[in-house]
Amino acid sequence: MNALPLILTVFVACAVEAVEALTIVLAAGLTREWRSTFQGMAAALAVLAAVTAAAGPALTLLPLSALRLVVGALLAIFGLQWLRKAVLRASGYKALHDEASAYLREVAAAEAAPAQARRGVRDWYSFTLAFKGVLLEGLEVVFIVITFGASQRDVGAAVIGAAAAVVVVTLTGIAVRAPLAKVPENWMKFAVGVMLTSFGTFWGAEGAGAAWPGNDAALLALVPLVAAASAGCIFWLRSRKAAAGTPAPEKEIVRS
Amino acid sequence: MNRIKAFGAFWYDFVVGDDWQVAALVVAGLALTAVLVRAVGVDSWWLLPLFVVAALGWSLHRATAGR
Repeated sequence: MNALPLILTVFVACAVEAVEALTIVLAAGLTREWRSTFQGMAAALAVLAAVTAAAGPALTLLPLSALRLVVGALLAIFGLQWLRKAVLRASGYKALHDEASAYLREVAAAEAAPAQARRGVRDWYSFTLAFKGVLLEGLEVVFIVITFGASQRDVGAAVIGAAAAVVVVTLTGIAVRAPLAKVPENWMKFAVGVMLTSFGTFWGAEGAGAAWPGNDAALLALVPLVAAASAGCIFWLRSRKAAAGTPAPEKEIVRS
Repeated sequence: MNRIKAFGAFWYDFVVGDDWQVAALVVAGLALTAVLVRAVGVDSWWLLPLFVVAALGWSLHRATAGR
């Protein structure tokens, strides 16, 4: 199978999570202290890299059919979570994620917290804020990198996609020096949800013993099918909401 | 004990998420596919996509009904 869909899916998924992590890192760095923020970020990236390096090659040792059955199930469930949330947001049943509000909330909390040096780190608050933000947002990316990469026996390509996204978002963040509020996060999550669900379905069925007509080419039908069904759900829910006459929710302030 | 519970809750939330019935439907679809392929001899590649689309629709219906 061509590595391009793998790289693109991981790139978009990682970009979405990196945008959310960037908001937290900027709030810590700009309001408090950059050195401790970078230390926290670096520590989290080291943990994520260690998890990928340990789990990625270990998974590739499993027999391919067993691996695809387990990974397919996990990816389909995980992808449906992303799709469910994206569809609820696109149809107005759930508030859209708002990076600008999330940034202001983090800034307010960062300004209120007292400065404290610990374990060789000058500002412990900045360190832990950056560490937790990058680790939690990065964990979903690691999950996608490992499962996608192992199923295609190409963890390296998945890592390239993730690393490219981190570089692009970081450079954009440095240039803008503000949260990337204009990124269409929900539509990116929708696209990633479609890809994860489609690949999970494809590999899961293969792992269960089914043979797809046309082998890998079946994905060319499966991806549009999942996308069309999900888009159909948005139209269905929008009309349901219009019929009920309920107003759209405010933009989301809490992170998710 | 609390830490173990919190660890388990984190991973449950991470993988299964807001609606456990989605996970249950995906696993049921996979199990049924395996049974049809191995025990009955039917190449049921079409079954899992149906379960997946149904799981999404069902979950969204439950999340929005009455709102």
